Formats: sequence, C-alpha cells, structure tokens
Amino acid sequence: MMNFLHRLASPPHFYRISGRLLPWLGAAFALLLVAGLVGGLYLAPPDYQQGDSFRIMYIHVPSAWMSLFIYMVMAGAGLIVLVWRIKLAELVAVHSAPIGASFTFLALVTGSLWGKPMWGTWWVWDARLTSELILLFLYLGVIGLYNAIEDKRAAARAVAILALVGVVNIPIIHYSVVWWNTLHQGPTVTRFDKPAIATSMLIPLLIMALAFNLYYFIALLMRLRLALLEREAGARWVANLLAEEEA
Amino acid sequence: MTPARKKRLMLVGLMIFGVGVAVALALRAFNSNLMFFYSPTQVVAGEPPKGALFRVGGMVVKGSIQRPGGGMTVRFALTDNRNTITVQYTGILPDLFREGQGIVAKGRLRPDGVFVADEVLAKHDENYMPPEVAGILKKPKGMRTGP
Repeated sequence: MMNFLHRLASPPHFYRISGRLLPWLGAAFALLLVAGLVGGLYLAPPDYQQGDSFRIMYIHVPSAWMSLFIYMVMAGAGLIVLVWRIKLAELVAVHSAPIGASFTFLALVTGSLWGKPMWGTWWVWDARLTSELILLFLYLGVIGLYNAIEDKRAAARAVAILALVGVVNIPIIHYSVVWWNTLHQGPTVTRFDKPAIATSMLIPLLIMALAFNLYYFIALLMRLRLALLEREAGARWVANLLAEEEA
Repeated sequence: MTPARKKRLMLVGLMIFGVGVAVALALRAFNSNLMFFYSPTQVVAGEPPKGALFRVGGMVVKGSIQRPGGGMTVRFALTDNRNTITVQYTGILPDLFREGQGIVAKGRLRPDGVFVADEVLAKHDENYMPPEVAGILKKPKGMRTGP
C-alpha cells in the first residue's frame, strides 16, 4: 500500500494515471450533474412552506459541504507537507484553495439570494454566516500567502501551517447552529436521527453533492497536471512525454 | 516513521491542540455575544440590557396575530413554550412569517413589557417536505432555544 502511494506520488506516474482517469471522471460528472439538476429542479416536489424557492439548496448545500470538505483535504495535505515533505501534497494543498474559495463564495451568494425572500434579509452576522465568511478569508489568505513567497517550497510550508491553524474553524462552522442561537437553521441531513427531509427531495441533493465532489477532483487533477509540467519542465519524463505527443 | 518525522508530527499536533484550546476559551468567553437572539424566557428574566437594542427569537403563538387600527402595525405573542412576550412591529413582514413559525425580531423592550421591533426576520426550520406530507403531519414542533 505505502509502496503504491509512493509510486503514485512520483510525478510521471501521477501524470499518466490521472490522464487515463480524467475522461471517465468527466463523463461521470456530466451524468450526475444532469441527473441531480433534473431531479432537483424538476422531479422533486415543492416545499410545504417555501414553495419552489427551496430549490436553491441543490446548489447551496453541496457548495457549503464542499467548502468544508476541500478545506479538510487542504489541511490534510498540509500535514503531509509538514511531516513527510512530499511534493505532490504541496501542490494538492495549494491548488485546492482556489476551488474551495469558489465553492465557499457560491455557498455565501446562494444563501444570500435565498435569505432575502425567506428570512427577509440578505445578510446577518449570526455564527453560521460569519464563520463561513471567515472560511472564505482563510482560503483567500492561503492563495495570497502562497503567491507572496518567492521560494515555492517554502511558500507551500507556510501555506500548510496556515491551513492547519484554520482547521479549527471547520467544527465551529458545522456546530455553530447547535452551540449558539443563529438565524440559520439547524442541520437537516447530517444529524444522528433520520434526516428531516423527504426522500424525494434528499436523493437529488445527494446526487448533486456527489457531482460537486467529482467536479472538485477533476478540477484538482487538471491543476495538478499543469503544475507538475511547469515544476518539472526540465525533467526527462516531460521531454519523453513531449516526444511521444509529437510522434 | 523516522525520528525527525515523528518530531514534526508531534509539533504539528501540539500546534493544532494549542490553537484549538485558545479558540475554545475565546469562544467560551464570548459565548453570550455570539448568541444571535435572546429567548422570551431570558427576556422575562431581565437578561438583555435595559433600553438597549437586542434581538429576541421564538415561535409566533397560534391565533395571537392582531392588527390594531387595521394598518401596517401588527402585534403578536412570541413564545419559547415556557414564557411568552408581546411583540409589536410596523412594516412589511417576510414571506415565511405566519402563526406557529419561528421568527427573530430586533428592537427594544418598552417599560410596559411590550417588545417594539424595527426588524422581523423569519427563521426557517430544518424540515423539508412536500405540501401533501405537511398536511398529514401537522404536528406542532417546539423551536430550539439555545443549548
């Protein structure tokens, strides 16, 4: 297992395997996205109180989940960077940040658009909304910090430390609606008893969550491949690759 | 694992633990500031500062909505199933405002115990279901008010 992981982390292997994986991931993503959108926007029944407005959650909720998940991946990669010093983990941590920031931004914007008609306000400073905004700033901080340091390996270590310090925000976001009075409602799906959502509404939501997950992996793989080519531009495997492509 | 890696892992673990403890202590210290609203019970007990602007959250009591004068002013009772206060508001209410619904009102407490709000927000609950199912269930559900 460790042997396999070490081989995967070597740039030429990673480049080859990811290249073969990408078309399949792309096809699965397209299928899931269409299924989730049709299920969520067309097949799912309107909500008993919100009518059709609740359908924005098919973008909002998966985006919010992804914003947390990607941060965890980034922090996990940061741990590997600091302890094991693996180059590929540096790239995973660095290149997860823009994708995570996009999902966080999407979650905040869709939530705001929903909040105006439902709550009666675009924004309130309650614990959930504020901690999610801090998450966006953490992502932006990671991006800014990486670009501010010239030596990219030192930059990756600095980013890893920032990502690991910020990981304390993740449980705060998740439990904010439980620990404090908030305007944002409590957890619907991720609670210990049965989810408080009808099955016909839940299935498209889970499909969308899966589709968003695949999107993250696709976007990350493509970024990593490009970053590897740039970083190893002088290496022999890149030269061989170019020769292969030309032949 | 080599000793060097073990040492680095320990250091990272210590850092996360330290930051976690620091943030936990800070959040505990600011606990009451992080609450978005007070419950009617807290208001009755006199916890919110007198004469200051604060928010109160609870459920609109069924059958309590009155429109004295027939204008934009609305009066209703707000409860957390233990205590009830009267709220008065002039303005447009959000779509989700209705009897039995959770709301958060921002305003001041008048000496006569009436809470005069200048903003009313609807608090959506965590339940999602089709209209048919809601018609069958119709069970009253208490709103959670803090830990």
